[in-house]
Amino acid sequence: MIDAGDTAWLITATALVLFMTLPGLALFYGGLVRAENVLSVLMQCFTIACLMSVLWLIAGYSLTFSGDGPWIGDLKKVLLLGVPRDAVSGSIPESVFFMFQMTFAIITPALMVGAFVERMRFGAVVLFCSLWLFLVYVPVAHWVWGGGWLAERGVMDFAGGLVVHLTAGVSALLLAIVLGPRMGFPRDVRPPHAPWMTMTGACMLWVGWFGFNAGSALSAGADAGMAMLVTHISAATATLVWIVIESVKFGKPSLIGAVTGAIAGLASITPASGYVGPGGALVIGLVGGAVCYLMVIVVKHRFGIDDSLDVLAVHGIGGALGITLTAVFAAAALGGVGLAEGQTMGSQAIVQLTGIVAVLIWSVVVSFLIIKVVQALLGLRVSAEVEEQGLDLNVHGERGYNM
Amino acid sequence: MKYIIAVIQPNRLDAVRDALSGIGVQGLTVSEVRGFGRQKGQTEIYRGAEYTMQYVPKVKLELAVDEPIVDSVVAAIREGALTGRIGDGKVFVLPLEGAMRVRTGEMGADAL
Repeated sequence: MIDAGDTAWLITATALVLFMTLPGLALFYGGLVRAENVLSVLMQCFTIACLMSVLWLIAGYSLTFSGDGPWIGDLKKVLLLGVPRDAVSGSIPESVFFMFQMTFAIITPALMVGAFVERMRFGAVVLFCSLWLFLVYVPVAHWVWGGGWLAERGVMDFAGGLVVHLTAGVSALLLAIVLGPRMGFPRDVRPPHAPWMTMTGACMLWVGWFGFNAGSALSAGADAGMAMLVTHISAATATLVWIVIESVKFGKPSLIGAVTGAIAGLASITPASGYVGPGGALVIGLVGGAVCYLMVIVVKHRFGIDDSLDVLAVHGIGGALGITLTAVFAAAALGGVGLAEGQTMGSQAIVQLTGIVAVLIWSVVVSFLIIKVVQALLGLRVSAEVEEQGLDLNVHGERGYNM
Repeated sequence: MKYIIAVIQPNRLDAVRDALSGIGVQGLTVSEVRGFGRQKGQTEIYRGAEYTMQYVPKVKLELAVDEPIVDSVVAAIREGALTGRIGDGKVFVLPLEGAMRVRTGEMGADAL
């Protein structure tokens, strides 16, 4: 039975999640690169959004959500053939469910843009993301949300800590390692060209995240309402954590730090958002903000890896942290919805950690193979000359700022 | 005639202009430039990473003046640009061989 209220909310939520990528994430990343590369970032996000949409229709949706094999779905809904106009998924039209899930399949590969900005070939971006959708995103989404083996074990990932943030974060880090750092990294890399643009994009991401998390309730009731509440509280708390850390450490709280904190808080609450209460959200925001801050320093400065816009540190770590803390704060005693019957905090934590390890290994191995294939077919990196002059003019034939 | 080039802090431009207007200077050319001197660069911090700006934003003034007022122009620039901190800038005075006002064709000091 189609419920009008649920359908109206899910259509709205779908629009909000698409808005996260176009233009939210694009602007968030665009402001962080140098002026000669701003268009390349916007163009990569825009292209990924369109390409993933078509691939999702062709086979992505079917392989994720049709059939309940442990590893991968089937091909019965390729091109949505055989899915009638009035098909129902839960209490909403299947067309709406398809669209809502599609926006997740769009933003997840787009998140990885942050790792390879300012130096990757456009064709390589396109091919990598296409293969990655089918070989990493689709299987993992099926395991967790499509009735696969992790779902069978009762893994709790409400809106994509494993499916979205961990897959993207880990694969992005790997790509950054194989691709190598930007010219001049770490000493002579140019700073973000437009922090205001990054803030604008972060705000769109924040608002869009209400659709991402509260929409994942797939209904317009108490679960959606509480998901929105905890999402907001976690984001606000993590922002304050970054502001305090930077104030103490440098004496100057930066805008870019503050908005990065917000995204860390949002990524951290994502898997927990349907299961925890306001108290859990406060703690997840606090821990998520602090740990993600630390990981930015560790990845860039300790390991010397140019994950340029900190995809692993903010998304991968935030997502994994949220998955872990879900086992704790989902407990009814701590204000959550309660764990499934027969599960204790400890046994649920083991399920959650199993999910993290499995998704981590899958993402690393498969992404590595994809990267090698793309490298062999197209080459990953633009020439040093192009990199120095910027991708906008050389790859796209345009300038971000004609002044 | 002398050609005077001054590189100053951007936020002192209005004060310099006021000081120059006060002694009757009729016009000058301004451009936004970047450079470094003893001030070296500035440090900016994004997500915990320090970026050293090798070149600091400055404003460059250029004006051509007749001999009698050269010293007072240099003094006025100093008056307007001075904060006493590193990075206040420099003033250079160059000999100027000729000048022409395009509209009228006047030459030399008359063109200034």
